Amino acid sequence: MSTAGAAPPPPGAHPLLAGSPGLRRRKLVNRTMESTATLAALIAVAVLAIVIASVLIKGVSAINLDFFIKSPAPFGQSGGGIANSIVGTALLVAMASVLAVPVGILVGIHTSEFARPSVASSIRFALDILNGVPTIVTGIFVFGLLVVGHVQSGYAGAFALAIIMLPIVARSAHEVLSLVPSSLREASLALGVRRWRTVLTIVVPTAASGLVTGALLAVARVAGETAPLLFTSSIASNLVSTNPSQAFASIPVSIFTLSEEASPAAHAQAWAAALLLIFLVVLLNVLARSVFGRSQARIGRTR
Amino acid sequence: MLGREPAPRRALTLRGRAGVADRLGDPGLRLLTWLASGASMVLIALLVYKVFDQAGESISHFGLGFVTANVWNPVTRRFGAGSFIYGTAVSSLIALLIAGPMAIAIALFLTELAPLRVRRPVATLVELLAAIPSVVLGLWGIIVMAPFLNNTLEPALRSLLGWMPLFAGSASPFGLLPAILILTIMTVPIVAAVTREVFQTVPTELKESALALGSTRWEMVRMVILPYAKSGIVGASILGLGRALGEAIAVTQVIGDETGIHASLFAPADTLASRVASTYQGATSTLEISSLAYLSAILLVFALIANAIARLIVRRSTLRMRAAGPRPGLAVTVAEAQA
Amino acid sequence: MTPPERHTEQQDAEMSEQPLQQPRIIPRPAGEQPPAAQETVITPDTVTRPEALADGAPTRTVQLEGLRAFYGRAEQVKGLDLEFKANEVTAIIGPSGCGKSTMIRCINRMHEEVPGAHAEGRVLLDGVDVYGQSVDVVAVRRAIGMVFQKPNPFPTMSIFENVAAGMRLTGTRRRGGELRARVERALVDAGLWDEVADRLPEPGIGLSGGQQQRLCIARSLAVDPEVILMDEPCSALDPVATLKIEELIDELKQRVTIVIVTHNMQQAARVADRTAFMLDGRLVEVGPTQEIFTNPKDPRTEEYVTGKFG
Repeated sequence: MSTAGAAPPPPGAHPLLAGSPGLRRRKLVNRTMESTATLAALIAVAVLAIVIASVLIKGVSAINLDFFIKSPAPFGQSGGGIANSIVGTALLVAMASVLAVPVGILVGIHTSEFARPSVASSIRFALDILNGVPTIVTGIFVFGLLVVGHVQSGYAGAFALAIIMLPIVARSAHEVLSLVPSSLREASLALGVRRWRTVLTIVVPTAASGLVTGALLAVARVAGETAPLLFTSSIASNLVSTNPSQAFASIPVSIFTLSEEASPAAHAQAWAAALLLIFLVVLLNVLARSVFGRSQARIGRTR
Repeated sequence: MLGREPAPRRALTLRGRAGVADRLGDPGLRLLTWLASGASMVLIALLVYKVFDQAGESISHFGLGFVTANVWNPVTRRFGAGSFIYGTAVSSLIALLIAGPMAIAIALFLTELAPLRVRRPVATLVELLAAIPSVVLGLWGIIVMAPFLNNTLEPALRSLLGWMPLFAGSASPFGLLPAILILTIMTVPIVAAVTREVFQTVPTELKESALALGSTRWEMVRMVILPYAKSGIVGASILGLGRALGEAIAVTQVIGDETGIHASLFAPADTLASRVASTYQGATSTLEISSLAYLSAILLVFALIANAIARLIVRRSTLRMRAAGPRPGLAVTVAEAQA
Repeated sequence: MTPPERHTEQQDAEMSEQPLQQPRIIPRPAGEQPPAAQETVITPDTVTRPEALADGAPTRTVQLEGLRAFYGRAEQVKGLDLEFKANEVTAIIGPSGCGKSTMIRCINRMHEEVPGAHAEGRVLLDGVDVYGQSVDVVAVRRAIGMVFQKPNPFPTMSIFENVAAGMRLTGTRRRGGELRARVERALVDAGLWDEVADRLPEPGIGLSGGQQQRLCIARSLAVDPEVILMDEPCSALDPVATLKIEELIDELKQRVTIVIVTHNMQQAARVADRTAFMLDGRLVEVGPTQEIFTNPKDPRTEEYVTGKFG
């Protein structure tokens, strides 16, 4: 028999129940640190909420149909919109994607399928370096390469954006391609299918959603970039243009120039443009996530 | 089989149907992808070369003295990076000083404290903060934050801490302080995201051992998580630093664009990146443009060093993560895409 | 507190007939007050008095009453009543998934560390419910230690620091000498002192698997627990290291009550005084180890111990 039959000790006489000064202090420190961490998270969320709320509140009032379909009004007049910037951003991002996404995916295929591990890690390290180049410096680079001696152009702007997209697409491509189980590749090769067919018809399609995700994330990142466009595609006409040999207007650059002006009308347009831009970026991010979710399920099923 | 003709015999080939194209495919794809990688490497080298090349005129004109000269005068054609290096250093380092601990606290909240249902939403919100384009933050900084600083925060700081040279001087809507705050907002999500990933690799058994000894949660964090994640935290911070160094747009919108080194955080200033960004329309001479390239070259060197160090450190702790097993998650997080 | 009554004479006689285990119960010297009642301020720290353990004062008993453990909605332990007698080794056996690990993790309240997990029922440490309102979970874990399946010394700490880790937590400022003495004591009790005495500053993870596990045992012993829970402590070790630890368990039970989860029935037969068989979250049978293995009362127990399943 054990002490089961004995009366429980009087409260306060048992160590488990005691609140010793030492333990109380430790619990106080613990509670303080926990509160600090929670507070930090709250502040971050609050800042986000404040910024988004500002953009929403101030931007919504200036949004109207004109905003989307009209070009900026001549200086000093009110009204008008940012149609030229919307078209410009769309074209710049499209051109940049056409350049960066295929090249990035090819680099990803190279590092995950063909290159020796040492070569692959050198390439990936180099891409990391490219990723770390400040975007203003990228702009200066493309300025020196394509603008000096000529004029700003949509080509130059798109090229600058493509340079920023490249490492993002390549890195994500490498990672999703590496996730494709090697059993798939081996099964295909064992059937007598050649390497290149295996890669193009089996590996890449399996990773397709992940590749799309990477591309979408890169687009989301680059759609909001201002610095690379300042020297390459910023001095643009007020009219909607689709001629890439001249500079395109773009939403981020418009926000930038409008924000530096002193007039409230300009600021209102800037807020509206900011609202549009945030909406676009959030949409692209959400899209990227949902695509990725589906791809994870697919890869899981093939295991 | 009932009344069926036997299937016609096909010649057995080991080569497959398409013959030439099929055979060329392998070396073809290899070459194509190799070219893509090669082009990327060439691109990086070309970038570094071209930036320094453009800076050539200014380098030969001013030499290394440019780095310390505290002047930017298009009229007298005298340029120097001194005050911008100061501005870059002060704004980035102070921003990191604030953002670092905050990011660690947020990462701890997300991995240890928050109830399960809260974790994913809050993590997503923090990542969303990283996705806000810098020009939008800058706009917000100009119109919402700057007046608040000018009218409320800076006078308060001056009355409380004005004995320190950092907080002396008259309040101004634009200057180092708003730049620091904006940079902090931009740095926190990146450092928090990477730190959170590092925290998630701490083996559960280690955490449980500490708790089973009778430690409070904070004691467990201090005893197990922080020492284990030390190098990862450092890597994440340097990554954030690299990002802050290179930020041009939001900074130039709120920093006041003034040359000169002042002690007070309230005074207008400029960083390497923001000076380059602010002169995009009005460079008057080739020497000035070349000097802007010189500034970019200096900035590039700083950013590359910071980024390389960070990547090496994070990669080392990533290798340890890989040993711990595969993790689910986005192949490239939003924050990494921003970094 | 009254001194715990030991086995009846009949049980004692039965047990003395078995060659395998000879539990040595050291009775408290007559007339001595139970330690706790003498103190005016009871703190967890006051239990850490080496001298009380040196004279083999009896340790605490654990009782589970209606214990149920949940992961979210899923019930893993479905109403368990079980008693762990003082200074005994009790083995918990059962097939994978029967809830034995979950059950012992409820005893030191580690189960609730899993997000979404909770427990119901009572776990009484010498009559006090560890899930009680006024009970602090940190104090519970100091009094009930745990050794895990995979040896896991803190990788950033030296051997010395590992053992001292728990002691440093209880915060009372110890002069360097006392800390060192207690670290040595714990390593001696864990059977590791001879092997590491000259390399205390070396990293804890530099030891072999068996040594690491003994280091973890020393770490748990250093805070003077009343009970030590062991969750398959030898399953990651080689047979030689396993044997060393089983010998250690036999010595340790003089100062702590031990509950050991094991999937190895030979091990249970070697080290345990009593054995409990769990199946599908419930207790099927509990009794003296020999009985469980040679003469089980429940047919399911018999099937399990003869290897028909699990």
